[in-house]
Amino acid sequence: MSLWFSIIVILVLIAIPWVGAGIPGIQTLFGVVIPYIAIAVFLVGFVLKVLKWAKSPVPFRIPTTSGQQKSLPWIKSANLENPHNLAGVIGRMLLEVLFFRSLFRNTTTAINEGDKVTYGSTKYLWAAGMAFHYGFLLIILRHFKYFVDPTPQFVNWLQYMDNFFQIGLPIIYLTDIVFMAGVGYLLLRRLFDAKIKYISLPSDYFPLLLLIGIGTTGILMRYFTKVDIVSIKELGVGLLSFSPVVPEGISAVFFIHLFLVNCLLMYIPFSKLMHMAGVFMSPTRNLVNNNRVKRHINPWNYDVKVHTYEEYEDEFRDVMKGAGLPLDKEPAKEKE
Amino acid sequence: MSSEENLKQEDLLKVDYKPAAKDWQDPTIDFEAKRGNWCYSGVLDSLDYLDMPHPEKKWAPTDEDWLLPENWKEIILDGLRLRLDRFRTLRLFMDTCVRCGACADKCHFFIGSGDAKNMPVLRAELLRSVYRKEYTLAGKLMGKMVGARELTIPVLKEWFYYFYQCTECRRCSVFCPYGIDTAEITMLVRELLAEVGLSIDWIVTPVANSFRTGNHLGIQPHGFVDSMEFAADDLKDIIGMDVEVPINKKGAEILFIIPSADYFAEPHYYTLLGYMALFKEIGLDYTFSTFASEGGNFGLFHSHEMIKRLNAKTYEEAKRLGVRYILGGECGHMWRVYHQYMSTMQGEQSNLEVPKSPITGTVFENAKTTKMIHIAEFTADLIKHGKLKLDPSRNDHWTPTYHDSCNPARAMGLLEEPRYILQHCCNNFVEMPDNTIREKTFCCGSGAGLGTDENLEMRLRGGLPRGNAVKYAQDKYNANILLCMCAIDKATLPAVCDFWAPGVQVGGVHEMVGNALIMTGEEERKVDLRGQPLSGKEGAKDV
Repeated sequence: MSLWFSIIVILVLIAIPWVGAGIPGIQTLFGVVIPYIAIAVFLVGFVLKVLKWAKSPVPFRIPTTSGQQKSLPWIKSANLENPHNLAGVIGRMLLEVLFFRSLFRNTTTAINEGDKVTYGSTKYLWAAGMAFHYGFLLIILRHFKYFVDPTPQFVNWLQYMDNFFQIGLPIIYLTDIVFMAGVGYLLLRRLFDAKIKYISLPSDYFPLLLLIGIGTTGILMRYFTKVDIVSIKELGVGLLSFSPVVPEGISAVFFIHLFLVNCLLMYIPFSKLMHMAGVFMSPTRNLVNNNRVKRHINPWNYDVKVHTYEEYEDEFRDVMKGAGLPLDKEPAKEKE
Repeated sequence: MSSEENLKQEDLLKVDYKPAAKDWQDPTIDFEAKRGNWCYSGVLDSLDYLDMPHPEKKWAPTDEDWLLPENWKEIILDGLRLRLDRFRTLRLFMDTCVRCGACADKCHFFIGSGDAKNMPVLRAELLRSVYRKEYTLAGKLMGKMVGARELTIPVLKEWFYYFYQCTECRRCSVFCPYGIDTAEITMLVRELLAEVGLSIDWIVTPVANSFRTGNHLGIQPHGFVDSMEFAADDLKDIIGMDVEVPINKKGAEILFIIPSADYFAEPHYYTLLGYMALFKEIGLDYTFSTFASEGGNFGLFHSHEMIKRLNAKTYEEAKRLGVRYILGGECGHMWRVYHQYMSTMQGEQSNLEVPKSPITGTVFENAKTTKMIHIAEFTADLIKHGKLKLDPSRNDHWTPTYHDSCNPARAMGLLEEPRYILQHCCNNFVEMPDNTIREKTFCCGSGAGLGTDENLEMRLRGGLPRGNAVKYAQDKYNANILLCMCAIDKATLPAVCDFWAPGVQVGGVHEMVGNALIMTGEEERKVDLRGQPLSGKEGAKDV
């Protein structure tokens, strides 16, 4: 159900530019207007979302400690898993953001032989996540050649690396394979792992299908249909330099590709894809575990009703006296 | 349905991890059929004592009508908005989850029950779905398609069921790529539930007791004195020397705070004897307090406000008694509060001093602000400096394994100190499998206020991963005692072990210290702190 809904939405999103781009004069809409809107929505939405998060304070310092604390000098502390200083936090965040440290811990639980609960190491999700994210990053960087003229040197380097094995003609980019394999695994996992399928919402399938759509149209253009690279670059450079032109002869596949990318950009700020910013702000990861060394301030810390020792002694004075406990105030003389 | 006799290992081992046929967005729960999996509601006297809102009469989860206030929905939604504005955690955790499912099989309740809503991701979705409906554009427009749900009474009941099936152990947050911490979500949902009068008794009555008498069991000052004197007598029988137990002593150097079960329940009690023996041997100038007679803070299971209300007595009593600093005993949630909340809530304590061991001179820079150290830090330092004479063979009748209690592990990082102590006090120390200890430790299944009787089935299910790892150590290494550093563990792991690893006892780290400690002027020990004959003394085994 969730999946079908997402598929239908994606098909509609593909149909719009397919049909639209064929209408004379309307190419400016898909080539210029929508891209600018998409980037504006992305930037503004992204910033607003981050500001909204930032507006809520962090009242308590609650890092999840995944290693030994720093206590006695002769006990080796795990600064990257349980940071005791800023360097530790930076290290922990780098591991998390660049290498998905927490996901790397993943295990799979099973009950074997009827009565043995086992936890096997499982790195598939981690590997697919890494493949997808890094593949995507490199592909985005490679795309700078369509926006900057002359093509930046780093892009040439990336292309050289990406073509390293010289397979196929045109030579197949390794990142294309890695990206599609990563996204593909993430989708198949949602469909075939019963637990994951159960929790999956349309908003989980939709971005994956969108990415697959983007990847597929990109691959189509590079390997299967002829597209006019020179015109496309003209459009890209024009967009980035704020002097957009839509050259003749750009194929519909390109407009589908571009439109899906724009949809992705606009979708990000309103979706779970904001995890790309959220991961940096997570208080269980980005705080120093030094609560007993340095006080953390809660901006809304308020006074609460407490039960004082005085009230306590007032209630229990007689029994305390009877038990021989020292008192702050002696009991009033009783009449007997 | 859930009395212990009716529950059988082989039945509870048949866990079906396949999700139910019905959509998770359907909130209906048959409380009658699920007896053994939920807790009784809070008694009104306790709620009154705490000035907490409650219905006119006591309700039961099986009732159709939970006697909610007329404006319950408004209270919840206003409360949720307030908390979104106060807690960045909540905002982020509502927005950033990608439902990757890495947390799914990390929860002991999911592993033991197979109930999909015990996957941390879905537990959080129960709240997230309402958040989407009320606070996001997509949720308002697209409803179910984006996983948004209307807040209804069945949803509220579902919250009550599942957020009182989370022990705030934080294991899922170790595995989450965004650090989403279900404990935080559970804490905040429980706050919301409390505002419309929904609470469970094994939280609110201990909270009320703690507020009034200083400890969750409601032991009054004279009862405290009796218990301590009783313990001193017991210890005297074992070591052959008088033991002085200072209580409410002004001008002592150190205030020592322990969970109240230590002086009221077994096997906690043997840890208390261990402390007493240790302090006598090193001549520590300390005092117990009848007012601060509970380290455990049941407020943590109720609300942030209640944490602060109960925690206030710690520094108040330290000041009143004029001690230099505070030493805290073996406890779990108690240490989450002392470590992660206390100084933020209560402020700088300029009248206390940075903890310094009077025996070794070690200054505990790691507690510079709170002026409170953990007994394991204190004792490990003593051992490192060679200040204790230890005979580990006195623990030879034990093959101990160590259960990292959730909060000292994942909200502090106290992993090596207890191990260092045990390695010096025991010859036979063994570990459970890697994925079940340290930061990946499994909860006892009864923490966060769930250690009561009526939910025993869920507790034992939640205890499966821990119990099974104990069984592994028992089968492989003949482990016969599970040591831990949490009062709730000590109270509830015996049931877990009896069920999942029969024959394994439960004890504390300082019980082993007390056994191994060679005390100046002591009689030759024939029994351990439990009164059991020592290895070799019963003639069974050569040492």
